[in-house]
Amino acid sequence: MINENNNSENLNKFLHKENEIRNVETPDGSIIQVDPLNDYFCTDRPEVKEPKNKVIEKFLNWARAESLWVLGFGTGCGSIEIPPLVTPRFDAYRFGVQMRPTPRQSNVFIISGYLAVKTLKRVIRTYEQMQGPKYVLALGSCTINGGMYWDSYNTINRLDHYIPVDVYVAGCMPRPEALLAGFNKLKERIKDGRAEGANEYAEKFDWYKSNQKKIVKDWNMPDYNW
Amino acid sequence: MENYIEDIKLRFDVKDIVSRRDNLSFITCEKEKTIALITHMKNNLGFTHFVLLTAVDWIEDGLFQLTYILNNPNAKIDIAVRTMISRENSEMESAHKLWQQVATYQRELREMFGINFPDSPGVTDNFILEGWDDIPPYRRDFDTKKYAEETYFPRPGRETNDPAEYMKKKLS
Repeated sequence: MINENNNSENLNKFLHKENEIRNVETPDGSIIQVDPLNDYFCTDRPEVKEPKNKVIEKFLNWARAESLWVLGFGTGCGSIEIPPLVTPRFDAYRFGVQMRPTPRQSNVFIISGYLAVKTLKRVIRTYEQMQGPKYVLALGSCTINGGMYWDSYNTINRLDHYIPVDVYVAGCMPRPEALLAGFNKLKERIKDGRAEGANEYAEKFDWYKSNQKKIVKDWNMPDYNW
Repeated sequence: MENYIEDIKLRFDVKDIVSRRDNLSFITCEKEKTIALITHMKNNLGFTHFVLLTAVDWIEDGLFQLTYILNNPNAKIDIAVRTMISRENSEMESAHKLWQQVATYQRELREMFGINFPDSPGVTDNFILEGWDDIPPYRRDFDTKKYAEETYFPRPGRETNDPAEYMKKKLS
């Protein structure tokens, strides 16, 4: 655990039953103690991955830009724009964009609209489980400055304080065309080598964590889950 | 509609009977008699469908108003039963034994207004707010703008140069 002292009190208060320390019987009959938070999750911090060779990195970035695999995770009203995007009318497949059902297989995370604190907790967990290099596309004015929920007690105002954002698509709601333009912008960024969200997250990890923990008050998961 | 209201008037001490439409009326009942009234309406008058349970914060009077809206599917009419409970140590008898789904409404009201419903199943579980440690957000003394500004890193707005303000500053 990284901030063990700050964290342990909250962990005990909000710990889920499935994460409690318990005794488990193994197939050969012996009893072992299992501490899920330490045994089932990796407790290492994320690391910055430096490019080794500029020429190879450029080639890799070109390849990465052409395979954007989007996680099927809808957070707000914007998630309704995704079905027309991947169906024949707007056909995102022609841009190399496709949907995946799990964070382990995807590298683009679309935050599609307002984020309640409850959802943000799941978003953080999902973002950390994605493999790097990973990119975040923030949709709608809610992720920029809170949008129409700017004074709400339960929705965040600025997404870039909690996870690094590569491209913002403004609008309330942006149409699928705007989203396609956002994908093209993201491709440009990746080809330029500027889409370094995963490295930024690793570099400023403590700052992001302190922001996240400020609002996720029932923090009952490991600091870095993947 | 009238015969239902007459029946209720005979048995219970209800006041403030307001008819909004031909098929919608509001009645107000004492806190202690409310559950008995809606039990009577469900069992004997055919109001078998529970529409919703909601609360209003009358902060000036120090009261919460609870509204149970019940529907009679055969007669196609709604009757809403209102009751006023004290804002301090607010507590109400649970109605989950009449309709299971009331427990969910009561869980929401406990989280959003801080109204307690003892014996309601799972009433202390988190509903939307996880780990909330402020006063319940639907109470009117909760300042949602102030809370959001202190908590959620508001993005500074654009600088404006209103011509009238600018000239006032320049000439003063």
